[in-house]
Amino acid sequence: MTIVAESIILPERRSTAGRLSDFFWRHPHVLLAILLGPPLLWLGLVYLGSLFALLLQSFFSIDEFSGLINYEFTLATYRQLLTDANLDIILRTVTMAALVTLVSAVIAFPIAYYAARYARGKWKALFYLAVMLPLWSSYLVKVYAWKLILAKEGILTWFFEKLNLLWLLDAWLALPLVGGNSLSVSYTGTFIVFVYVWMPFMILPIQAALERVPQNLIEASSDLGGTPAQTFRYVLFPLALPGIVAGSIFTFSLTLGDYIIPQIVGSSRLFIGQAVYAQQGTAGNIPLAAAFTVVPIVIMGAYLWMAKRMGAFDAL
Amino acid sequence: MTTAVLFDNVSRYFGAVRAVDRVNLKIAEGEFFAMLGPSGSGKTTCLRLMAGFEQPTGGHIEIFGETAEGVPPYRRSVNTVFQDYALFPHLSILENVAYGLMVKGIGREERRKAAEDALAMVKLPGYGTRRPGQLSGGQRQRVALARALVNKPKVLLLDEPLGALDLKLREQMQEELKSLQRSLGITFVFVTHDQGEALSMADRVAVFNEGRIQQLGSPEEVYNRPKTRFVADFVGSSNVLSADLCRKLGLKASFASLRPEAVAIAPPSDGALSLSGTVASQSFLGATNRVVIDVEGARIAVASPAARGVPPIGSPVTLSFAPSDLHPMEDA
Ligand SMILES: Nc1ncnc2c1ncn2[C@@H]1O[C@H](COP(=O)(O)OP(=O)(O)O)[C@@H](O)[C@H]1O
Ligand SMILES: [Mg+2]
Repeated sequence: MTIVAESIILPERRSTAGRLSDFFWRHPHVLLAILLGPPLLWLGLVYLGSLFALLLQSFFSIDEFSGLINYEFTLATYRQLLTDANLDIILRTVTMAALVTLVSAVIAFPIAYYAARYARGKWKALFYLAVMLPLWSSYLVKVYAWKLILAKEGILTWFFEKLNLLWLLDAWLALPLVGGNSLSVSYTGTFIVFVYVWMPFMILPIQAALERVPQNLIEASSDLGGTPAQTFRYVLFPLALPGIVAGSIFTFSLTLGDYIIPQIVGSSRLFIGQAVYAQQGTAGNIPLAAAFTVVPIVIMGAYLWMAKRMGAFDAL
Repeated sequence: MTTAVLFDNVSRYFGAVRAVDRVNLKIAEGEFFAMLGPSGSGKTTCLRLMAGFEQPTGGHIEIFGETAEGVPPYRRSVNTVFQDYALFPHLSILENVAYGLMVKGIGREERRKAAEDALAMVKLPGYGTRRPGQLSGGQRQRVALARALVNKPKVLLLDEPLGALDLKLREQMQEELKSLQRSLGITFVFVTHDQGEALSMADRVAVFNEGRIQQLGSPEEVYNRPKTRFVADFVGSSNVLSADLCRKLGLKASFASLRPEAVAIAPPSDGALSLSGTVASQSFLGATNRVVIDVEGARIAVASPAARGVPPIGSPVTLSFAPSDLHPMEDA
C-alpha cells in the first residue's frame, strides 16, 4: 500500500530491457518493422524472386544440339509444352487433382462437421490426434505402405477374397483407364493414396470454418421453416465454403505438384510433377521444366479467381 | 378463446439442472405474454420448448391444440426473434427477410415484395441490399423482427429482443412492438429480465425463478399483490415485512408486501396503519426520492415525491399506509 502511495507514475526502468520495452511502446511501428522485416525480405527476395526467375526461364529455350540454354526471349518452350504428349500429362494431372479434391471434400465434410458440432473434450482431442497423426509419420513410409496394401498380394486383395468380393475388384481392374494389373499400378491406386495423404489438409480448414458458424444460425434457418437439407444448402454450406475452398487449394495444388506418389503407386504414365523432375534432371531442359511449373500456377490463379467470383469468400 | 400455447406440467432437465420444472401455462391467442425472471431462471428454455429446439423431459406441450412433442421447428408455425438476432451474415437484408418464404418455395418476385413490405413495416425501407454487418444493433433487431413476421406466424417468440439496445431506443421499440402486436393480432411470447418492460408491455406476466413459475397474472396483480417473497423482491422491489412487523400491525400472515410508493412519510390519517423509525439513507431518483427507513432493524423503502423534501438522515419519522396496501404472502 505504502509503495503505491509514494508516486502515481512509476519511475522509468533503467535496465536495457526496460528501456527497450518503453521505446517499443512509444514506437509500435518500429517493433512491427523489426518483427516483420526479415520474413518479408525472405518472402520477397528469396521466395518470390526465385519464382520470378523460374517464370523467366520458361521464356528461354534449349538448343537442341548443344543442350545449352539459349537466353533469348521466345515462346518456343510454350509451343513445346502444348504438344499432344505434354497436354496429355497436363490433362491427366488436372483431372486427377480435381477428382482428388472433390472426393476429399465429400469425405472430409462429415468428419469435420462432426468434429466442429458434436465432438467435445476428449473426443475432440481424439479427432485432432486421428487427423494429425498421419502427418507425423514420413510421407514416403505412408506411400510405400499403401503400395503394399494395394499390391496384388496385398491385404486389400485378401480382404476382398475373404468377403467373396474378388470379382468386384477384378471387374474394376478390368475397366479401361482406371483399371490395371493391380490397384498398386492403376490410376485408382494413385487416386486412393492421394486422397489419403492430403485428407488432413481438407478436414482441418473445413472444421475451422464450421466451428465459426454459430449454432443459432442453424436454429434460425430451421425456425424459419428450412428443412435440414435446406439449412445445409443455404446456410451451412455457404458459410463453410471458404473452408472448403481453402482445403481444396491445398489438395488441388499438392496433387498438381506431387511427383512421388504417382511414381511409386500407379501406372507408369507421367504427371506434371514427374515431368518437371524429368525435364530439369535427366533431360536437362530447364525451360520446359519451368513452363510445366507455370501450369499449376495459372490453374490455381484461375481457380481462385473463379471461387471469388462465385462468392466463396463473401462470408469471410 | 383459443389457446395458442399450452404447457401441462412441462419439465426440461439438463442432467441435474432443472432448467424448467413442472411449468403450467396457457397462453391465449392474440395475447401479449411476458416471461419475466432473473438470468438462468429458465425463460429461454421455455421459449426453446415452444420453438421446438428443445424437447421436454416430462409433461405435454400443445400449440393451437396440436401436440408439439417430436415436431421439428421447421414444421411449427412459430417464429423466433433471437436474443442476438442470428441474421445470416452471407445474405443481404432482403434475402434474410425473405428466407422463410424462399425455403417454402414462394416465387422470387412475390417474396421480394413481401420482404420489402415487412422491411417497411419495421421502418427500414430501402435497406434490402445491405448486409447485416453494415447495420446498427437497433436496425438488426428490426430486421430480425421483419424476418420472423414476414412468415405470418401464429405465435411470435421474442427472447430479450431489446436487451442489447440503449435506453432511448429500447423505450421506442417497446412502444412499436406493442402497437405492432395490437395491429397484427399475433400472439407474442416475450422474454425479459426487465420488470418494467414486462409490466408495461404485457397483457399477462409469468414470473420465473429457478425453472418454476412463481406467479402468473396481470401486470397489476403481479406488481401490487406479489404472491411470494421472490416476486415481491424481483418485481419492482417491494418491501417485505417480517412476521414480527406483521404481528405488530395485527396481520395473521407470516410475510406481507408493501410497495414503496404506497407508504407516506406522514402521521397516519383515519384508519391508516403506521410504523415509526429513523431515516437510514436517501437517494434522488428524479421524480421521487428513495428514502430507506430503519424500523426496529428492518428496512422499509419509501418512494417519496421529490417535491416533498426529505428529512435528514438519522431523524425520527412516522410512516403511514392504508391497510389495503399491505398484501399477505405465501412463503419466504
Ligand atoms: N443446453 C444446456 N445444457 C445445460 N444446461 C443448460 C442448457 N440450456 C440451459 N441450461 C441451464 O438451464 C438454466 C436455465 O437457463 P435459461 O433457460 O437459458 O435461463 P434464462 O433464459 O432465464 O436466463 C440455467 O441454469 C442454464 O445454465
Ligand atoms: Mg435467456
